[in-house]
Amino acid sequence: MLFIDYSSAFNTIISTKLRTLGLNTSICNWILDFLMGSPQAPAYHLVLEGILILWIIRLLFSKTYKLQERSDLTEKEKEDLIEEWQPEPLVPPMSKDHPSLNYDIVTGPPSHKIIVNGKECINFASFNFLGFLDNERVKQKALTSLRRYGVGTCGPRGFYGTFDVHLELEDRLAKFMKTEEAIIYSYGFATIASAIPAYSKRGDIVFVDEAACFSIQKGLQASRSFIKYFKHNDMEDLERLLKEQEIEDQRNPRKARVTRRFIIVEGLYINTADVCPLPDLVKLKYKYKVRIFLEESMSFGVLGEHGRGVTEHFGVNIDDIDLISANMENAVASIGGFCCGRSFVIDHQRLSGQGYCFSASLPPMLAAAAIEALNIMEEDPVVILIWFRFFIFMYDLVNKYFQIDSYSAVKSVIGEVYAPALHLQLERSSGSRDTDVRMLRSIVDYCLERQIALTLARYLDKEERFLPPPSIRVVVTIEQTEEDIEKAASCIREAALAILK
Amino acid sequence: MPPSMTKSSANKLTNGDVFHRTSNGKTSSRRNGFVKNHCLFQQPQQKNPRPSENNHVVSRTTNASLYNKVFVEQFEETPLLVAVLTYMGYGILTIFGYLRDFLRHWGMEKCHVAREREEQKDFVPLYQDFENFYTRNLYMRIRDNWNRPICSVPGAKMDLLERASKDYNWTFQHTGKLVKDVINMGSYNYLGFAENTGRCADAATESTHHYGIGVGSTRYEMGNLDIHEELEQLVARFLGVESSMAFGMGFATNSMNIPALAGKGCLILSDELNHASLVLGARLSGSIIRVFKHNNMVSLEKLLRDAIVHGQPRTRRPWKKILILVEGIYSMEGSIVRLPEVIALKKRYKAFLYLDEAHSIGALGPRGGGVVDYFALDPKDVDIMMGTFTKSFGAAGGYIGGKRELIDYLRSHSHSAIYATSMSPPVSQQIITSMKIIMGEDGTTLGVVRLRQLSENTTYFRRKLREMGFIIYGNDDSPVVPMMLYMPAKIGAFGREMLKRNIGTVVVGFPATPIIESRARFCVSAAHTRDILDTALEAISEVGDILQLKYSRHQRLPHLPSSLGSWSTEESLLQEPSHVKPSVINPG
Repeated sequence: MLFIDYSSAFNTIISTKLRTLGLNTSICNWILDFLMGSPQAPAYHLVLEGILILWIIRLLFSKTYKLQERSDLTEKEKEDLIEEWQPEPLVPPMSKDHPSLNYDIVTGPPSHKIIVNGKECINFASFNFLGFLDNERVKQKALTSLRRYGVGTCGPRGFYGTFDVHLELEDRLAKFMKTEEAIIYSYGFATIASAIPAYSKRGDIVFVDEAACFSIQKGLQASRSFIKYFKHNDMEDLERLLKEQEIEDQRNPRKARVTRRFIIVEGLYINTADVCPLPDLVKLKYKYKVRIFLEESMSFGVLGEHGRGVTEHFGVNIDDIDLISANMENAVASIGGFCCGRSFVIDHQRLSGQGYCFSASLPPMLAAAAIEALNIMEEDPVVILIWFRFFIFMYDLVNKYFQIDSYSAVKSVIGEVYAPALHLQLERSSGSRDTDVRMLRSIVDYCLERQIALTLARYLDKEERFLPPPSIRVVVTIEQTEEDIEKAASCIREAALAILK
Repeated sequence: MPPSMTKSSANKLTNGDVFHRTSNGKTSSRRNGFVKNHCLFQQPQQKNPRPSENNHVVSRTTNASLYNKVFVEQFEETPLLVAVLTYMGYGILTIFGYLRDFLRHWGMEKCHVAREREEQKDFVPLYQDFENFYTRNLYMRIRDNWNRPICSVPGAKMDLLERASKDYNWTFQHTGKLVKDVINMGSYNYLGFAENTGRCADAATESTHHYGIGVGSTRYEMGNLDIHEELEQLVARFLGVESSMAFGMGFATNSMNIPALAGKGCLILSDELNHASLVLGARLSGSIIRVFKHNNMVSLEKLLRDAIVHGQPRTRRPWKKILILVEGIYSMEGSIVRLPEVIALKKRYKAFLYLDEAHSIGALGPRGGGVVDYFALDPKDVDIMMGTFTKSFGAAGGYIGGKRELIDYLRSHSHSAIYATSMSPPVSQQIITSMKIIMGEDGTTLGVVRLRQLSENTTYFRRKLREMGFIIYGNDDSPVVPMMLYMPAKIGAFGREMLKRNIGTVVVGFPATPIIESRARFCVSAAHTRDILDTALEAISEVGDILQLKYSRHQRLPHLPSSLGSWSTEESLLQEPSHVKPSVINPG
């Protein structure tokens, strides 16, 4: 170790200090020579320093150079890598007995009486709430349309795929829902999944109920917005999130001015069969200035005096909801979906709704069928009232069997009185989802044997954000008689007793 | 595949004709000699694919040995003057747009845009102001060319509802009158199965009586009808694959099934001009997406090599799998995918191939089997065969075909099978009947006649347009015929002038096309008779003269008729097996 007193380096050299460091005389002399000689040789000094600096620079650059060199593979190496690489198979192998490989086969129309796997049953599985699936009037209208327009439209709406029937259906839907405008899609699933990303973009914030259905989840994913889930139907949790956001906004008001906010809820949740607290949501909407999108696939044609859905059910002004979407595949018993609301909102989808712009339009005969279904709903709103009795009857019945009964511990009913599609879940899970599903499936099979067609609610286990527990879905339709319902309820109970013992 | 074969055979066409390559190309190929030993398609490609000495590009027919037929695709270069004028047009429109926005802001011009409710004025605006600038100021002016309502079968001729606008297209009123017998050059009715009479319509009627309209459940729950099973078996047979699955919407077939096939850690290589549904599906899958140049095999191969060599970004782990997404016919370009080369690449690099035959199924190939049939390839070489029923079959929906394991997997993992209502029975029936006709299983030759008619119409229509001096994009065999308009003002003018002459055409501009490449698009159908096509061509030529659309600097053929009288003499040309003239291949 060398110690040089720099403050006086060029004035005095304390050679004794060097000696004490244990250096021998010749080296000490050399150092002394060098230090004392340096003022006389500035050129030498500068050159040396220059070389040093250059060397440092070279070091700095050569390091990165070396890194690059290392990743630069030769063609031979690349070739080996390409030879070596083995991709995973396109699809993972499936076990031969996976239930999806043997769908139940329905022969003939899936209406009130349905032939499942060759056995005639009473249908408690199709979402044919109002019994329009084999309604003669609907069929006739569809056929008239078929004879006029053919089946397909051969084009998207923009390119000669807009038929007068589409315009009529949009008009009728808007009038039925008492909104300014409606827009139809050719596929129920694609409706809300296209509508969400048309408005909510990257950077926007969406507050979503945890129980939201899969098409909402896909719409959210496509929107690339910032998603905040609140607990199912828990308005306090939602308000907590909204407050958090408000604080965040105050911190960054510039950003807040351009960040759109949406609450997305379902009217009647398909996964839980309960209704959203819409009046509370509307209050929160104005308090926190958030727009509400409402997905009403299950409630359209079901709730409200005229079947207008949850807005009518709660008496909420429909203009307070920014966008309502529903499919026409359940109560209306056709194909496709629609969005309705104010023109200011809806019209935007005609250029921005991907499923609207880039897809072939709805076959005119299906649109005609939907128009006729709307006609019947308008002519005869009593239908819905009568049907309400059935829900309640069913609900009471199922409750009676599964909640009050001493064996009730094995099953629980999920859903509200006015839900047309109830979920029956296991009260106590066996701990494994597969076993649960198998047990429920045996109940379904037991009922199928006895001419009651039920189905399991199917989910993509790995894709769902919050996977609902396995359940049997029981759908009440207007065509079922009280005897049918009684028979179904007792049959399910029998099955539960036999299988869940 | 022997790597050397590309070099030796690249310059030869299968039929023995020698394809003369520009010397520029040859030298560059020698320069890259070493690389060529490894890459399948290190084409002798010029840096600038549109060399200045000849102003139009004929598709590079390299790797010709892979093809069983001559593959000619043209994308004539935009003339410089036209490009400049087009940009100027947009410039003027933009200036006027700002001016009018300014006037609207100060209330000097009436604003027709729907307004936000008073109660919600203090919400964050639903739309950014600039977002709709294009719609408000450019699209609105020519909006009458789209969404024209029709009230008949979308066949060879159709009836339109007459619309009028009193406020410059902000709103439309129906006058109550019909525009009768408009020649339909817009619908994707390739094989003419959009019909309200005949076998298909009868079968659909029968099926409506039997099943009704809707299904009211998903495939996995209670919506799996026997007619769906029948349809899927038929589709599998038609495609020559082991198994298939049908879905209710073509768009959703892509966007809901790609996520089931690829996921995190996978790479998706997508053509830059792929349809929105493929792009959405790829995005929803969560895979990394890389885009290669349209139909450019060199670009694709480079991406494949780089991907395998470098692995995933950041983690450097090898990719789980690589999926190539291509379309059969690109609906805006009229080009056909270079499938033999794509298959060679996917085999070499062990990637999987997803082929979207939305426009090509039924419309290409001697048996209507799409691009695979067109190139006489083995359908087993394509891992995922996807297509739609909307176009050639005159129905709705889409399918996926492939190996049994693939379809079995989709049955339990496709979003569509589990969450979406299954197909309407009469729609399924329409597909079954039309497909059987195409396959000749109905015991007639009607299908073959339609296929031949479509192919003849395509060749005829394309050749005529080219002779007239229009710039036509795409492959000679593609029934999608894009004709270049370039200037924004001509989009509206062309659409309107054609409608005045009772011809319905599709015009497209930005954002469906690059900003300067606005175009009109014709879809040739087997339902078009020669008379209909002649009438349409005459009108196109007339409008083309008025609007000065005959941009092509391609040497016109000497017998170009000034009047359209002498066409019958040319019929024989159509019958020739090789309808490609050498001048088309080698314009230099």
